[in-house]
Amino acid sequence: MSQQKKHLQSIRVSHEKHTSACETQVMPVPDTVCISMSQHIGAPCKPLVKKGDYVKVGQPIGDTDAFVSAPIHSSVSGTVTGIEGIRSVMGGEDQAIVIETDKKQEVWEEIKPPEVNSREDFVKAIRASGLVGLGGASFPTHIKYNPQNIDEVDTLIVNGAECEPFITSDHRLMLENPQEIIDGCVIVMEQLGLKEGYIGIEENKQDAISLLNKMLAEQNHPEIKTVTLRARYPQGAERVLVYEVTGKTMNAGVLPAQLGVILSNITTIAFVGQYFKTGRPLTTKRITVDGSAVTEPKNIIAPIGTSIADIIAFCGGYKAEPKKILMGGPMMGRAIFSDRTPLVKNNNAILAFAGAQAIIPEETGCINCGKCHKACPFKLLPTAFATAYENKDADRLNQLQIMQCMECGSCSYVCPARRPLGFINKLSKAFVKEEANK
Amino acid sequence: MEKQYYDNLVVSSAPHAVSNVDTTKVMGTVLVALVPAFAVGIYQFGYKAAVQTILCIAACIVFEWLFNALMKRKQTVGDLSAALTGVLIAFNIPASLPYWMSIVGCFVAIVIVKQLFGGIGQNLVNPAVTARIVLFISFATEMTTWPIPRGAGATDATTGPTPLGILSEGGGQMPSNLDMFLGNIGGCIGEVSALALLIGGIFLIWRGIISPIIPVCFLGTVFVLALIVPGQDPIFHLCAGGLMLGAFFCATDYVTSPIMPLGKVIFGIGCGILTFVIRVYGAYPEGVSFAILLMNILTPHIDNFCTSRAYKKGGGKE
Repeated sequence: MSQQKKHLQSIRVSHEKHTSACETQVMPVPDTVCISMSQHIGAPCKPLVKKGDYVKVGQPIGDTDAFVSAPIHSSVSGTVTGIEGIRSVMGGEDQAIVIETDKKQEVWEEIKPPEVNSREDFVKAIRASGLVGLGGASFPTHIKYNPQNIDEVDTLIVNGAECEPFITSDHRLMLENPQEIIDGCVIVMEQLGLKEGYIGIEENKQDAISLLNKMLAEQNHPEIKTVTLRARYPQGAERVLVYEVTGKTMNAGVLPAQLGVILSNITTIAFVGQYFKTGRPLTTKRITVDGSAVTEPKNIIAPIGTSIADIIAFCGGYKAEPKKILMGGPMMGRAIFSDRTPLVKNNNAILAFAGAQAIIPEETGCINCGKCHKACPFKLLPTAFATAYENKDADRLNQLQIMQCMECGSCSYVCPARRPLGFINKLSKAFVKEEANK
Repeated sequence: MEKQYYDNLVVSSAPHAVSNVDTTKVMGTVLVALVPAFAVGIYQFGYKAAVQTILCIAACIVFEWLFNALMKRKQTVGDLSAALTGVLIAFNIPASLPYWMSIVGCFVAIVIVKQLFGGIGQNLVNPAVTARIVLFISFATEMTTWPIPRGAGATDATTGPTPLGILSEGGGQMPSNLDMFLGNIGGCIGEVSALALLIGGIFLIWRGIISPIIPVCFLGTVFVLALIVPGQDPIFHLCAGGLMLGAFFCATDYVTSPIMPLGKVIFGIGCGILTFVIRVYGAYPEGVSFAILLMNILTPHIDNFCTSRAYKKGGGKE
C-alpha cells in the first residue's frame, strides 16, 4: 500500500544516517548499572530491593500501584550497592538503584513466556513486561492496549518512520529482527481484535520495506501491510503518521483509539513479539551511538542503566571533547548535562557532539518570512506565538491554537533568524496551562 | 585508571539542529537573483549604473554600521539586508542621478525607515521603495531625467522619456513590446529589462526564497485590468516601469508583506489595482512604488484579518 495522496506540511532535514549499515553489536555488561525508577510517563516506581540484595536479570526491582506506571526490571545480575538520587534528563531528581554486576548474567528463575487466555491476561502480561512506548514517549503500553472503546478500534499502525537524523536503530531492527515485528503485530491484532495492520516505513529504507513485504507474503499475512512514507520530518510523529496512513485528522488531545487506531512504535511491537516467545522483560535497548565526538559510531544493544560514558567507551571513546550529548535525535532529543546519566527504556540514540553542532546559534530579528508557518504540520503560526508569549497574552495564544503544537521543532529548524521557536512554543503551552489554572 | 566524566555539557531545548538557510543566505540569494538586471543596467546605461549601485550598497552598509555603533546595537551589516536595500535603491533611480542624492536616498532607507523603527524585521514599509518615493518627490527633475539606453540605437539626445512618460504625457516614439521586454528603453537602472527581472524572479521562486503568490497576483491584476480597460495594452503594462522589479523584489519583501497565503493574495491584488489606477488615472506616470507603500501600510491589518480567519477561537483549524 502506498501513502495518502494529500500530505501534511513537513520539512526536509539532513538525514545523516551514517550507521544504517552497522550491524547491531551487543555491548558487554558494564561494572555497574544505575537503573532509574522513573522510566515512563506517570508515577515513578518504588524500589522493591534494598542495599545488599542480590538480583538477577529480569527480576522486578521497582513497581508501584499507580495506574499510569510500569514495573522496572534489573538488566544485570549482581548486588545492589545503593539506592541513590540522580538528576533526571528532565531536570528533576529521581531515585535510582545502583547494581554492581557480577558479569554472570544469571537469569531470574520465574521468567517464562506468559500464558494468555483473555484480553485481561494479555494486558496484565504487557504490564508485567515493563513495556512502555519505546519511540520516545514512554507511555505505559498496557494502558494504550486497553482503551475504553476497544470495540470501536480496528486498526493497528506500527510506527517505523525513523524521521530523526542520525538514528538507525529502528532500521537495523527491521533488517535484523523482522520476525519479531511480524509476531508482535499478529499477537497484538489477535488479542485486541484488530482487523488491519499497517507498518509505516519511510521510502529511504527500501531494504526494510521489501524484506518485510517478502516475509509477510511468505507467511500469508494479508491483513498486515507496509505503507511507504515520504522521508520527511516529522513523519514519525503520532498525529502525522495517523493522518498519512488513514487520512484522518488527529487534533491535539485526541487519542488514536478515538479514531479507531492503536499506534505503536516498531520497537515496542517487536518487543511484544519477543516477549511472548521468551518471557524476558524489557531490560536492554537497541540504540544508535553517533555524533562528531564519537570514535566509532555504531548500533548497539545495551543493558538499561548503563551510563552514557560506558556506552561511548564501548564505541571507541570520545575522539574529541564532547560539548553536547543528546538522548534521542537532534530534532526532539534531550540534551543531558552529564555523561554519567544512565540509559533508560525509551532512549533510541546517544549522540555526542563536539564543536559546531554543540554551539547554540545566535538569534537575530524575525524577518516575517513565514517559513515557520510553511513548516508546521498543522499550519500554525509560530512567529505569532512568540509575539503573544512576549506579551504574556494567554488569550491570543489560545486563539492561535497553541495547544495544537506538538513540539516537533520544525519551526526552529527552518527559521533563518535562528529563533528558538519550538522552545518558545513549549514555554507558551506551559504558560497557557498556568493561566488556565489561576 | 579513574574514569573521566563530562559533567558540564551544553544543555538547550530541542531541536539541536538548524537548516543551513539563515538570513544572510536568504539576502544573498536575492542579491544573486538581481545580477541579470544589474548586467542589463550596465549594458544600457554604462559605467554610471555600476558606480551608482556600488555607491548605494556602500552607503547603506555604512549607515547601518554607524547607526548600530552609535546606538550600541548588535552589528547587523553581516546579514546582507543593508546591501540588498542598497541594490534596490540603485535599481530604482536613473543612472544619471547626482551621487549625493543617491546617498540621501540610502540615508532615508536605512536610518529613517529601517533603523529608527528597530532595525531588521521591524520596519513598517519597504526601505528601498520609500527611499525612491522620497527622492522622487524631493528631486522631481533629476529623478525623471532619463539617460538614453544603449539598446535604443544611436541618437543625438542624451536624455529621453520612459514609455510610461510617453503614455502619460505624449511626445516621442513608443518603443516596441519586444524592446520593452528586453530592456531597450529609458528608465531606472534595474527596472528596464522585464526579461532579466523575470529570470531573477523565477530563480527566487525555484530556490524557495519567495512564494509566487504575490508576483502572480500583482502582475495578473495589472494584466487583467489592462485587458478590460479600453485603449490599454496588457503586455506594455507588464513590461513598463518598475512593475517587474516591484512585483518580484519589492512587494515580496518578507518584512513588509503578509505572512499567510491568503494575505499574499490580497496584498498582490491590492498592489496591482493601485498600480494600474495610478498609472492610467493618476497624476504620476508610474504607480508601482506608491502601490507597494500603501499596501505595506495595510499589511498588519491584512495579517490580522487572515490569522483571525484561520484560527477561530474555540473552533478547530481547517
